[in-house]
Amino acid sequence: MITTATAFPRRDFLKAGGALLIGFTAAPQARAQQADVLPGDIGQGPGQPDPDRLDTWIAIHADNTATIFIGHVDLGQGIATSLLQIAAEELDLDMSQMKTVRLETGKGPNTGNTGASSGVNRGGPRIRLAAAEARQALVTMASARLEAPVEKLTVAHGMVSVAGNSVQQVTYGQLIGDRRFEVPYTGKAPIKDYRTHKIVGTSVPRIDIPDKAHGAFLYMQHVRVPGMLHGRIVRPRGQGSYADGARVMNVDTDSIRDVPGARVIRRGDFVGVVAAKEWDAVRSAQQLRVTWDLPAALPATPAELFEKMRSRTIDRLVLDRGDVSAAFARAAHVASGRFDSPYQAHAPFAPSCAIADVKADSALVMCSSQGVYGARAPIAAVLKMPQEKVTVQYFQGAGSFGHACFNDAAQAAAVMSQETGAPVRVQFMRWDEHGWDFYQPAHSADVKIAIDANGKLLAYEYHGWHHTWSQTETTAQLAAGQAAAEGDGPRAQALTPFNTGDMYAIPNWRIVNHRVPGLKGYLKGGNLRSPLDVAISFGAEQVMDDLAHVAGVDPYLFRRQNIGDDRWLAVLDAVAKAANWTPRKAAANLSSARVVTGRGIGLGTHLSSYGAAVAEIEVDKQTGVIVAKRMYGALEAGQAINPGIIESQITGMMVQAASRVLKEEVKFSATNVTSVDWVSYPILRFAESPEVTAIVVKRQDQRSTGAGEEALASGAAAIANAFFDATGVRLREHPMTPARVLAALKNA
Amino acid sequence: MATRITVNQRVQDIDAPADTPLLYILSNELALQGPRFGCGLAQCGSCSVLVDGVETRSCVTPLGKVSGRSITTLEGLPTWYAEQHKLPNAPALHPLQQAVIDEQAMHCGYCYNGLIVKGAELLSRNPQPTDNQIRTAMNGHLCRCGTYPRIIKAIQRASRMMAGGGQ
Repeated sequence: MITTATAFPRRDFLKAGGALLIGFTAAPQARAQQADVLPGDIGQGPGQPDPDRLDTWIAIHADNTATIFIGHVDLGQGIATSLLQIAAEELDLDMSQMKTVRLETGKGPNTGNTGASSGVNRGGPRIRLAAAEARQALVTMASARLEAPVEKLTVAHGMVSVAGNSVQQVTYGQLIGDRRFEVPYTGKAPIKDYRTHKIVGTSVPRIDIPDKAHGAFLYMQHVRVPGMLHGRIVRPRGQGSYADGARVMNVDTDSIRDVPGARVIRRGDFVGVVAAKEWDAVRSAQQLRVTWDLPAALPATPAELFEKMRSRTIDRLVLDRGDVSAAFARAAHVASGRFDSPYQAHAPFAPSCAIADVKADSALVMCSSQGVYGARAPIAAVLKMPQEKVTVQYFQGAGSFGHACFNDAAQAAAVMSQETGAPVRVQFMRWDEHGWDFYQPAHSADVKIAIDANGKLLAYEYHGWHHTWSQTETTAQLAAGQAAAEGDGPRAQALTPFNTGDMYAIPNWRIVNHRVPGLKGYLKGGNLRSPLDVAISFGAEQVMDDLAHVAGVDPYLFRRQNIGDDRWLAVLDAVAKAANWTPRKAAANLSSARVVTGRGIGLGTHLSSYGAAVAEIEVDKQTGVIVAKRMYGALEAGQAINPGIIESQITGMMVQAASRVLKEEVKFSATNVTSVDWVSYPILRFAESPEVTAIVVKRQDQRSTGAGEEALASGAAAIANAFFDATGVRLREHPMTPARVLAALKNA
Repeated sequence: MATRITVNQRVQDIDAPADTPLLYILSNELALQGPRFGCGLAQCGSCSVLVDGVETRSCVTPLGKVSGRSITTLEGLPTWYAEQHKLPNAPALHPLQQAVIDEQAMHCGYCYNGLIVKGAELLSRNPQPTDNQIRTAMNGHLCRCGTYPRIIKAIQRASRMMAGGGQ
């Protein structure tokens, strides 16, 4: 999918120095600064409603309610509620008068995929402007109807009244009720002053939660259509090298002969089974004997992986500000370290599921995805059908936190439906989802930071090694022979001045992105919530802590004295205050007790918001078990549309940060991934969950930025620093497992 | 031969092989949306139901094993609660379902079938659980979105609602 990015610049794009941003594509960002371009992303592609017409965004009904056509998908994070709040505010409607509809290609606007915290960040401004423009059109109609000048009209709950006259009034529904506006969307209607907001900025309850609490919510996994078959994919238990895919040597169809009605589907190296009954599909998929050619192309151990990653790369100088080498040479203190972060899985709680009904000249695909238009093009390619013949409908699944297997499942259902001529429902099994994910790529970092004699940052150098995101879905690779390919350009995963060191005032600063060619001998890579940032903060924020330690300064105060941006300062102060942080040097209270405690602080971001966290942990030095007992997370995401939802997101991020840094690691052998369920890929459990204090730092005068991921990295860093505070020892690899803890303590 | 089970107080004769996991019967034959597939391995708890009041993983429970038993799903919790507490009428929601809404506890909510079913089982046995008792009872259930702190609060809120003589 080609998407024209008319995104806002990330904060002040050139803040990083403006001198040398080699490799950045600045052109798309520049577009947003032209006054005549509406904010937000609009994707290209056939058969989509015209984004420049108001009716594409809003409908007003006879019953005086409004439907907002939201182009972003609610993945369970609550953005539908927040976006309706924005529209209700501008329209002078109540939340009870607002609704949205299921997103479908050809009907909903194409605002690109929902990722990188884009829902409210990039989706919000366009909805706000559309609602303001609709209100303006409605008030103009009311003016004619009531024969009163617009300036004399007021609106409440969709009722337009003439000021000082309780008789003369008309509702939106009476004015336009279910007719189209038939006007262009100019984006020029004035929006409300944030100081007058009544709905935006309040913690309106999420619209989806009541149905979810009693089993009335329709997840993708519950959708059924008449006459459908149940399908399951058959693949090796865990992917191997991305470029190599999986080659079928032999399929023994006799091996499922005893399952009534079960049938093998084969297209190229794609293998699946279908059956009328779901259990028959499930058991025949497990019973079917397939001989695979899976070459031993992966590094056999994590150590080999990181050495391989560092051996052959495409290097890019992302930033080279000041004179880094000279600054290191004259520094009072230098701290440095190598840090390794593993592949990590999305592991959505519901394995991906889709239903496809493919006919000779059209196809309907129901699936979860990060965007219906983004899902449509590759489905059409696999079906060898023009895009406009394919309709994709969005159904929510479990939170996916990025590019999980949803498109793969949709394509698998499409292939099986095309092969059988019947609608086919495919649900991945747990091992399919865990084993064939687009993992957050492993990352290796060399971080070196220096301060002067006054404890001020002098130089910062970050080298990061990782491969980027894989683009080819496995179904397309196996069934349609599409070659493994990687993302490129500005949308590829890469280091930037924003995700490395942005929070600090750094006079001499060098960032080098060592891109690993990630096709042969690597796993599939994809964007996982706050991509790269957990790894970056895990390393860089530990080095920052080391500097505070050698300078003999409290780590909170040390960060404070090196931040130049008041928004960063505000989140740091907010989290320290909530945690009742009393300054002292880290690791000053080391104890010989078996169970020791520590506290740590960390900062982190992804693209546009400001995250800070404090962690209080316990370390059992005998078992090596770390428990994050309490975490404090602060997030500033500009204008808080729904502070309650942001608080909830922060809580989840702190728990997930603990999970990511303490537990999660994709394991593999030389041939394939071996962590294919919740036992082999453990995540944080109830008994280990921290108590969380979430702090929303509000900046209602600023544009909203992302609130779905950007505090995650700070939480991971805070835990890593708390471990040092508890033990006086640094862990430079995560997950911080008992084995690693015991080894580090022994070697200390 | 059909297997007779009671689901949410209705007797059902199910014509399916006895080795079919109960989950597929509930989802496909009875079109229930509470129990849901998560792992098929009894590791995560998203398929949980009550079998005669005991939380059970329906993804690994063969239909034949629950012949003659009474099964309660997320949808049936209000009635089950009314029966337990000898209320004349079933409330619209089990107190824990209401508490989950009041606490705005969930994100995607997919695991909440299991969390609510397990939490309801806990509250039926121990109406005033401590924080530790909640964590221990719930430890076999996972939440990928990381909402553990909020479901713990919701269970505590439900406990207070029940003690207050509310629903």
